[in-house]
Amino acid sequence: MEYHTPGSFEDAATIAAKAEGVTRFLAGGTDVLVQLRADMVTPDVLIDIKQIAGVKDIAREEGGWRIGAAVAGAEMTEHTELGKEWPGVVEAMDLIGSTQIQGRATLVGNLCNGSPAADSVPALMAAGASVSVVGASGTRKVPVEEIPAGPGKTNLAKGEVISAVHLPVRGDNAGDAYLRFIPRTEMDIAVVGCGVSLRLDGPTVAEARVSLGAVAPRVLLVEEAAKAIIGTTLDEAALDALAAAASAACNPIDDKRGTIEFRTHVAGVLAKRAAKIAYERAGGAK
Amino acid sequence: MAPDGNMTNGFKVVGTRPKRPDGVDKVTGRAKFGADANAPGMLHASIVRSPHAHAKILKIDTSKAESLKGVKAVVTRADFAEGLTGENWNILENVMAGDTALYDGHAVAAVAATTALAARDAAKLIEVRYELLPHVTDVDKAMAADAPVIRSGAADKSVPEGMHPNVVRYHESGHGDVDKGFAEADLVIEESFKTEATHQGYIEPHACLAQLGPDGKGEVWCCTQGHFNVQKVCAALVGTETSQLRVTPSEIGGGFGGKTVVFIEPVALALSRKANRPVKLVMSRSEVFRATGPTASTSMDIKIGMTREGKITAAQGVFRLQGGAFPGAPMEFTAMCAFAPYALENVHQIGYDVMSNRPKQAAYRAPGSPMAAFAVESVIDELCNKLDLDPIEVRLKNASKEGTKASYGPKFERIGLVETLEAARAHPHLTAPLAEGQGRGISCGFWFNHGGETAVSLALSEDGTVAISVGTPDIGGSRASMGQMAAEELGIPYENIRTTVADTATLGYNEISHGSRVTYASGLATIKAARDAVKKLCARAAAKWGIDEEAVVWEDGCAKPSGPNAGEFEPLPLAKIARSMGRTGGPIVGHYEATPEGAGVSFATHIVDAEVDKETGQTKVVRYTVVQDAGKAIHPTYVEGQFQGGAAQGIGWALNEEYIYGEDGRLQNSGFLDYRIPVASDLPMIDTVIVEVPNPGHPYGVRGVGETSICPPLAAIANAVSNAAGVRLTELPMSPPRILKALNDQAHG
Ligand SMILES: Cc1cc2nc3c(=O)[nH]c(=O)nc-3n(C[C@H](O)[C@H](O)[C@H](O)COP(=O)(O)OP(=O)(O)OC[C@H]3O[C@@H](n4cnc5c(N)ncnc54)[C@H](O)[C@@H]3O)c2cc1C
Repeated sequence: MEYHTPGSFEDAATIAAKAEGVTRFLAGGTDVLVQLRADMVTPDVLIDIKQIAGVKDIAREEGGWRIGAAVAGAEMTEHTELGKEWPGVVEAMDLIGSTQIQGRATLVGNLCNGSPAADSVPALMAAGASVSVVGASGTRKVPVEEIPAGPGKTNLAKGEVISAVHLPVRGDNAGDAYLRFIPRTEMDIAVVGCGVSLRLDGPTVAEARVSLGAVAPRVLLVEEAAKAIIGTTLDEAALDALAAAASAACNPIDDKRGTIEFRTHVAGVLAKRAAKIAYERAGGAK
Repeated sequence: MAPDGNMTNGFKVVGTRPKRPDGVDKVTGRAKFGADANAPGMLHASIVRSPHAHAKILKIDTSKAESLKGVKAVVTRADFAEGLTGENWNILENVMAGDTALYDGHAVAAVAATTALAARDAAKLIEVRYELLPHVTDVDKAMAADAPVIRSGAADKSVPEGMHPNVVRYHESGHGDVDKGFAEADLVIEESFKTEATHQGYIEPHACLAQLGPDGKGEVWCCTQGHFNVQKVCAALVGTETSQLRVTPSEIGGGFGGKTVVFIEPVALALSRKANRPVKLVMSRSEVFRATGPTASTSMDIKIGMTREGKITAAQGVFRLQGGAFPGAPMEFTAMCAFAPYALENVHQIGYDVMSNRPKQAAYRAPGSPMAAFAVESVIDELCNKLDLDPIEVRLKNASKEGTKASYGPKFERIGLVETLEAARAHPHLTAPLAEGQGRGISCGFWFNHGGETAVSLALSEDGTVAISVGTPDIGGSRASMGQMAAEELGIPYENIRTTVADTATLGYNEISHGSRVTYASGLATIKAARDAVKKLCARAAAKWGIDEEAVVWEDGCAKPSGPNAGEFEPLPLAKIARSMGRTGGPIVGHYEATPEGAGVSFATHIVDAEVDKETGQTKVVRYTVVQDAGKAIHPTYVEGQFQGGAAQGIGWALNEEYIYGEDGRLQNSGFLDYRIPVASDLPMIDTVIVEVPNPGHPYGVRGVGETSICPPLAAIANAVSNAAGVRLTELPMSPPRILKALNDQAHG
């Protein structure tokens, strides 16, 4: 196994482009190292991105936020300003693993591991987040919903690496929330996850984004669900329409973690509950 | 105190809560567990396991593995003893497959190499050719006419004619006339139940370090609940003499019955013999799930009749237990425990032991009893609901007492079920208001407890301190309890005693630490060994004073003249006698070896409040109270720990733990991510009440407490959940999808 510690994302991309065999980037390692130890994936080339300047920074950027590729969950939770603006994103990240895992796990790792059940991804999609992708031809900004391709797969090309996550300007009268369903109370994998972000105009929902995890081969951005609440005051009828749209978007599998029937139903329940929290956070009275 | 008599009060050390003797070792990491032993020249081993649920092994080609750098030995079934019979044959067949792989995870070959990575790589190079056979993993399907036969001729004589060959043992017991009883009832409820297999879930995977030389002499270090059993079984499986094999138990990271079984030690010994080097073998978590002891899964039918006043007129149960690809599912315990809490005129129970393509079931805390309680106590709860009767009063009305003819035959001696029910009735939990969406459940539970072969020795040192050697691995704090009992007898401080779990060369045969027997049996032996030492101490004093031995008594840690007639002598403390023992007759050692048979049975009553989210089917256990008869709590903190541990494991079993098999017969969830034991935040603080109704079979009244505590939880939680959800749950685990489905079926049915 080759192990690299490049000093820039450009170098990381170059090493990855030239690499032969199984290649992995090493952010927190909470997926990579676990898969290695479990004899599931043994990389031939391991590229550690944590030596690159700025990877651990959370910084203001054009009124929004830039979160470096190696920022750990715990660092996001301890960042009060970020949490005030994007409580849904922060709480989604905070749900991942235990205290030990929180010291290492990153947003980018969660996204690029490609799990349909990744907790931070629905929250990022709902938030309208994007990522900077560095490759041979330079850097481009890509919306988060364009990254996942399927279980364990992303749309990143060989030789591409993500340098940061960008959260847009939050603005006024807005709120987000993320909820997941797990059979236990922690240390579990989402059977369904749901992120909602919205903005109010008075009591009326003016903008909304709804995202679902663990109900399809990849995390979904569900426009129909957002439409169901835009222009409403999140009354019972709107909530029912939201639940119906969320359930309708599901394309889950029957497996050890839940049945199709269960996931489809609970997606609707969580969408309602997450929307109510986001609505309250946006200042709407309920 | 009469030296041979029983005492139930006036204790000085017993009943207090001294520091645990293994505490510092465990919090500092100094304690040595199974995988912590190393030896010069040691090899690492890896086991090749069948990926198929049922397959003929056509050919095993080890040549590629053998030529890999670092590989020193490869073994298959041919490297073990031949001609074994009975249980030894079953154990060997499980440890290393013969001509057929019987379950996903069944060992088929093993390799030892200079590094763990080389062993892992070599294991992948061992080529096994299989011919797939039809498989079955469900208990009811395994009994059906068209089920594939796991092994023909495995059934014993108890099985009635016409049963499927997968039914290998049959049990029937009871008394009275159940038909007459059902006719006398005002309400009869009949219901079927199923429970999935669960794993003991100990935190420490099986691990050992083994050495076997060409001369047939060997050493094993391993984590086990019974090293004398490991010694006996390994000697048979590798074909050496029992006494030539010395087995030393490590500290143990949990067992709960699952470490009463031998899995890897014979494999490590066979590899070591072939390589002539020490071999270390450590299971991965996935191997633990796939190839070591889950419980049996069950399918049960219960029928109970009750009068309007709450008297049970008749009870009957059919219990089908699937125990994997070998005989031994504890169906007779299930049948015998099912109705034990109740004094019944008419009771009848039937048990079936059924083979399937799953790993060989192993004991798990009161094997077989929790499932029975789940089914029976659910029906009793339903009867109480329908007849509008109080669940505690109904249980009190029917409770077994001293002199009751037990549902499984014998007459009960002094027992404490009524006392646990009365304590539950008096507990504030029972009358606390329930919030919206919450329900309360009650259940009783029963376990036999066990005595078993036991040997203890207690040696005095010249400074007056004492070393106790026991042969029962400490799985629940027994070293503290032994120290307390010896301190009580000897009249010296607890801190002056060190208790060690000795290896197989030090003591006579000790049965496994199972059956909640250790504090009872090793405790009894420790007390008797201490009394043996006291007798010798008194003799030394008598010799010094020139008086009769009978004229010396032992009080407060000193030999004293028994009265004025015996003479006037200064009391001789233990330390003083010990200091001169070399000159007064030699070392002073107390012994006791026996098979005590007075292990008192034990009962418990649990109260649970559960809250069900009707939109998602999720359950939260919000309050839990355990009331159990301990006979006499030697170290109450440990007793409470056993109560809480049983409840915690029961919560996992009831709500989320289960073995999930795919259509292909492969285990789908061989890891803690998808095999969901409770995490700390899933549990409420578990309240405990220790009831003490002394066991007449123990000098201090001790009853085992380790197993009874897991008998009521499944039922108590199921009753709480059913009462909260408004629908009866009859299948475990009550996972969210299952609860949601039950709610939906009810709404649309
Ligand atoms: C005990 C435990 C509990 C867990 N609980 C949860 C949970 O509750 N919810 C959840 O969603 N996940 C959970 N996880 C999974 C894991 O912790 C998360 O997915 C985490 O966010 C991964 O981040 P990381 O930095 O550790 O990723 P790494 O392991 O470092 O990398 C993961 C993947 O991302 C790729 N990658 C890393 N950095 C980059 C980059 N800059 N550009 C492109 N690709 C990159 C790697 O090649 C790899 O494929 C858990 C894991 C463990 C061990």
